[in-house]
Amino acid sequence: MYQYDKYDQAMIDQRVAQYRDQTRRYLAGELNEEQFRPLRLQNGLYVQIHAPMLRMAVPYGLMSSTQIRKIADVSRKYDKGYVHFTTRQNFQLNWPALETVPDILAEFASVQMHAIQSSGNCIRNTTSDQLAGVCDGEVEDPRPYGEIIRQWSTFHPEFAYLPRKFKIAIVGNPDDRAATQVHDIGLHLVKNHEGEVGFEVLVGGGLGRTPILGKQIRPFLEKKDLLSYLEAILRVYNRLGRRDNKYKARIKITVREHGINHIRELVEAEWVEIRDQLELDQKEIDRVKGFFTEPEYEVTAAEDDSFAKMQVEDKNFARWVKQNVVAHKKPGYKVAYISLKAPKNPPGDVSAEQLDVIADLADEFNMGEVRSTHTQNLLFSDVKQGDLYALWLRLETEELATPNIDTLTDMICCPGLDFCGLANATSIPLAKEINERFDDLDYLYDLGDLKVKMSGCMNGCAHQSVGHIGILGVDKKGEEWYQFTLGGSSEADASLGQRLGRAIPKDDVVDTVSTLVDTYLELREQDEPFLNTVRRVGVDPFKERVYADN
Amino acid sequence: MQIIKDKEIVEDNWLHLDDEAELAAGNITVSLARWQEQHETLANHESGLGLRLTGADPLEEVVPDLDSFSLIVLDFPAFTDGRCYSFARLLRDRFGYKGEIRAQGDILHDQLFYMTQCGINSFEMANPNRIESALAGFDDFTESYQTTVLKPAPLYRRNR
Ligand code: SF4
Repeated sequence: MYQYDKYDQAMIDQRVAQYRDQTRRYLAGELNEEQFRPLRLQNGLYVQIHAPMLRMAVPYGLMSSTQIRKIADVSRKYDKGYVHFTTRQNFQLNWPALETVPDILAEFASVQMHAIQSSGNCIRNTTSDQLAGVCDGEVEDPRPYGEIIRQWSTFHPEFAYLPRKFKIAIVGNPDDRAATQVHDIGLHLVKNHEGEVGFEVLVGGGLGRTPILGKQIRPFLEKKDLLSYLEAILRVYNRLGRRDNKYKARIKITVREHGINHIRELVEAEWVEIRDQLELDQKEIDRVKGFFTEPEYEVTAAEDDSFAKMQVEDKNFARWVKQNVVAHKKPGYKVAYISLKAPKNPPGDVSAEQLDVIADLADEFNMGEVRSTHTQNLLFSDVKQGDLYALWLRLETEELATPNIDTLTDMICCPGLDFCGLANATSIPLAKEINERFDDLDYLYDLGDLKVKMSGCMNGCAHQSVGHIGILGVDKKGEEWYQFTLGGSSEADASLGQRLGRAIPKDDVVDTVSTLVDTYLELREQDEPFLNTVRRVGVDPFKERVYADN
Repeated sequence: MQIIKDKEIVEDNWLHLDDEAELAAGNITVSLARWQEQHETLANHESGLGLRLTGADPLEEVVPDLDSFSLIVLDFPAFTDGRCYSFARLLRDRFGYKGEIRAQGDILHDQLFYMTQCGINSFEMANPNRIESALAGFDDFTESYQTTVLKPAPLYRRNR
């Protein structure tokens, strides 16, 4: 993975010093609340219902075991001994004291981690495919470009005060696992007719109260033009994006109001002016790529026969393998998901003790690396098949082996009313109830791939509009109600969910999920997944059943 | 009033004329509207002439007139309104403006580094009482990754 040199390190150390002084000035009354706000936000610090919340960046979801241990330490020393992984591969501390945040940032800086631009109206952390570099069918590993974009966007002097937040996602595999179509900019590594690798560029996707899928602005962009093209888009947006209404300020609205063709003309005209000056050198691409070379995979790894044997002997192991382990491009290697969705666990939460174990296991079995996924889980990307049983046993004792990846209980869920100052409704307790209702694993497997996403308000942090089942908390006269959508997807075949009907009271949410699932089971043809059934029959049959009784 | 210019505290010698105010002697700045209306008179102004722009103004339209101004004032009505960062870069990088570019409005210590990188070289601070300590803001960072007005090549090409 990428290692900081003295320049990278100096920059984050200086950031800590800068923020320490900003915090000091705020506490001394030299900065008022309004002036301090954008400063703390650009350092990831929100003020929530109970306490501040600090969001740390995990560039393209990649962490070392050293970093994982530091996260555990910091959460014990400055917080309540756990952290929460988000849908953008980052993590959050839910209870840090405002005064200690500079110290926390200094601790993280010592292991090359930062909170820079993890919130605020600026270019946020670039996310990517959690299987980058290890999956089959990849055009190229997207992570070096993720790192190049991280550096370009970090402290970009022109784009620190955009109309609104700006998120970029990049993938190298046509199976889009980073929800690129619902990002402000989505980048796909593609090959053109001549066989050269470059980027397809999408712009103007987004979720929140106006979910929109991104539109193609350029079918093929040469690698050397990556940064100039991004800069051109950002400059056009910085000048043109609306600043009069924060709900109309995202680039998706700029694109909608001006039309993609007009935006393309503006961007291309801007780009022509700057592309030579900002050309990205091949030498720099190669330098960064040098940090993401393939590890030395053992050629004998595939000779192991214990993996097959243990699946026969231990059916719990077999079940975990079937659900939480996926293919690796190298024979004898596998990718293992670490589920942060154990039944009683708030989705995405992980304790300091668990993190310590994960760090040890990463050293022992996964070349010292851990990845975070946009579904709020972790994963080991390079496990020898012969090691999987030992790994599973250890994960199992830590409640990190719930075999539910991509099932209904692998729910994506925002912090909701329990933590978030913007929430209309709770989400975590409902997730728990849904978990309790669907605790029969065989039943879950029969339901197959079923993505449930639940957000506590219109901001849609849990991406409910692209959930197969989306659940959105709304406020009705001070009570918590929930709006359901069906048939959304954030993958290559992305679509926005359709409204099921009027909102549903809190007490009926879990029953509604059951009814939806029952209806699906009746309607499905053979092994048809939930999403396909909804696409085939539409929402009406579901609607009839759900609203039949009232 | 004191301002920061080229990283030093100096006494300001410019007068920002309201659109209704009578023309005055000495260095004056005018809004774009006034310039467009009275450019013939203003072009004969004996002392320095400056132009005030807001992020909503059509920057490209004033490019042919840039030689008339020895100061361009960019308005930052709120800390969070970043449009004029792009204006500054375009003025320097694309339109070759060499005169003084000044930031006015909600200008704090914390924007000085970014603004300088974008080509702004003078500052009317929101809180003139703390102008002394604000000077530290120029040195928040010793390096930056990007190609900027001050650093016409990215970090990797300069140093790596
Ligand atoms: S969706 Fe709303 S309630 Fe949930 S975390 Fe985001 S802002 Fe908070």
